[in-house]
Amino acid sequence: MRPSRNLWRRSSTAIARSLVYGLTAVAFVPLLLVLSYTVLKGLPAASHLDFYLHVERPVGIPGAGVAHAIVGSLVMVGIASLIAVPLGVLAGVYMAEFPGGWTRTVRLAADVLVGAPSIAIGLFAFALFVAPFHHFSGLAGAIALSVLMLPVVLRTTEGAVGIVPGGLRESGLALGLPRWRVTMQLMLRAAIPGVVTGALLSVARAAGETAPLLFTGFGNRFLSFNPTEPMSALPLIVYHDALTPYPSLQQQAWGAALLLVVIMLVINLVSRAVIRRQARYVAQL
Amino acid sequence: MIRVLPAPRRLQMTFERFRLITGAASLVAPLLVVGLVAVLYRDAVPSIERFGAHFLVGTNWNPVTLDFGALPFIYGTVATSAIAIAIALPVGVSVGLVLAEPGARGLRGVAGTGVELLAAIPRVVYGIWALYVMAPFVFTRFEVPVSRGMSSVPLLSGSPSQTSLFTASLVLAIMILPTLSAISRDVLRAVPGGLRESAVALGATWWETTWKVILPAARAGIFGATVLALGRALGETIAVTMVIGNRPEIPVSIFSPAYTLASVIANEFAEATGSVYPAALVELGLVLILVSVAVNVAALLLVRRTVEGSR
Repeated sequence: MRPSRNLWRRSSTAIARSLVYGLTAVAFVPLLLVLSYTVLKGLPAASHLDFYLHVERPVGIPGAGVAHAIVGSLVMVGIASLIAVPLGVLAGVYMAEFPGGWTRTVRLAADVLVGAPSIAIGLFAFALFVAPFHHFSGLAGAIALSVLMLPVVLRTTEGAVGIVPGGLRESGLALGLPRWRVTMQLMLRAAIPGVVTGALLSVARAAGETAPLLFTGFGNRFLSFNPTEPMSALPLIVYHDALTPYPSLQQQAWGAALLLVVIMLVINLVSRAVIRRQARYVAQL
Repeated sequence: MIRVLPAPRRLQMTFERFRLITGAASLVAPLLVVGLVAVLYRDAVPSIERFGAHFLVGTNWNPVTLDFGALPFIYGTVATSAIAIAIALPVGVSVGLVLAEPGARGLRGVAGTGVELLAAIPRVVYGIWALYVMAPFVFTRFEVPVSRGMSSVPLLSGSPSQTSLFTASLVLAIMILPTLSAISRDVLRAVPGGLRESAVALGATWWETTWKVILPAARAGIFGATVLALGRALGETIAVTMVIGNRPEIPVSIFSPAYTLASVIANEFAEATGSVYPAALVELGLVLILVSVAVNVAALLLVRRTVEGSR
């Protein structure tokens, strides 16, 4: 009886364990497939210089590019960052400094916002910033993106300030520094790598979002630096061009997808490096 | 003699001001949640007044006759999310188990990076990949053989289509996987180490420890992770829109085209004219955000209780 029971226990744990590790491996199949196909299919378009310098051209005319979308993405994400990063950092500092009932409410609201359907945020920005002016605009798109970015910046700032050792605060206060200076000049400063990481990740998130831009930035076939006009963005190019029947436009969509993936990878790598520095810095304190 | 100097008045004021400024910034996130619901409600009023509760159960979606019912979209949203959860849950919990396991730091580092990258890939990139690579493959290798072999099973029979409810569910499953994995990892890590050690000390095997000790201890948290992933799945827009086939009816088979709340808004809102048609679309958005807020709050409270309860 005994040996066979042990055999059963040993073999069942081996089978279960290999199943769990096997399923874990399965999780990374889509990652590898998405990345490799995007590189494979995107390179033909993205390896031409025209792709970065020219704007859309009628189907069949060579030399088309996505310069207008690159500019649009830069302008809209830039404006969104100008709105969301300062607001998010200040709110995050408040939450780290004044824990309590209100802070818990803010945290819950931020987490709900992170999970809110991005299409609904697009409708919200449309209602407030497109409908009253009767035309689509990059500014409305930027505001929609800032709604997506804010909770990310806020939560990472709160976390980054929260892990700074309390001894730093006490040292500052013991030296007679006023509390707001301790917070802003000691605590926040020690937390800067974490805050930067949060801002970077929120930028990556905003740069890849499509749904909130559908009825705000809307898209524009021409190069425009003016955020009061409709603006294109890289995700919009991927979305619209992928659904056209023209191979040249589909190729362009893959190229824009590759560009988005590269931007995402670079931002992730940079933010990892920054966070490692924070870990080392905090360990020194 | 030691004399404690009162802080100069100027600095006291600055502390108050500091608290005021940061406090004002902290108002924004809660206001946005309330504002989202309020603004969508305001814009949905023409539709709410015209259709009332019938909106939620009507099966017609006809912009020409201005007859709008949301049931096909609600069905599509719920069905895609449910199938996606069923596919992603075992995989996500497995990843969570591997990531939460003590030891094997190198492996965990690689897997953790992989999960983060999976979360960071833009939705629209999943969409284009699903449309051109995954959908044709799944269609020929899975949908066609299965629907032929199981022609008597209700939800699997009928003529399959490349863009279908099932294709959308599959890409959704991939996109919610990082949420499931990361939160499973957090709640599994929060299980007190003593539990694992006691089980191992009693001679339990790895699987007995995991199945009978670790997973039951983390049950509420994993349930919370599932609900949170459900919330994400309900609102996913772009990738789903690209592969679901966009047909506003309740499909007979999971291999038929369908439609979700988010994707009908994405497709039709920019071209909706008049007052009732856009209002009906906004009401779909209102339904979506109300469900999403409710699901998210419930899930967050569940996860928070598990993770914080262990500290």
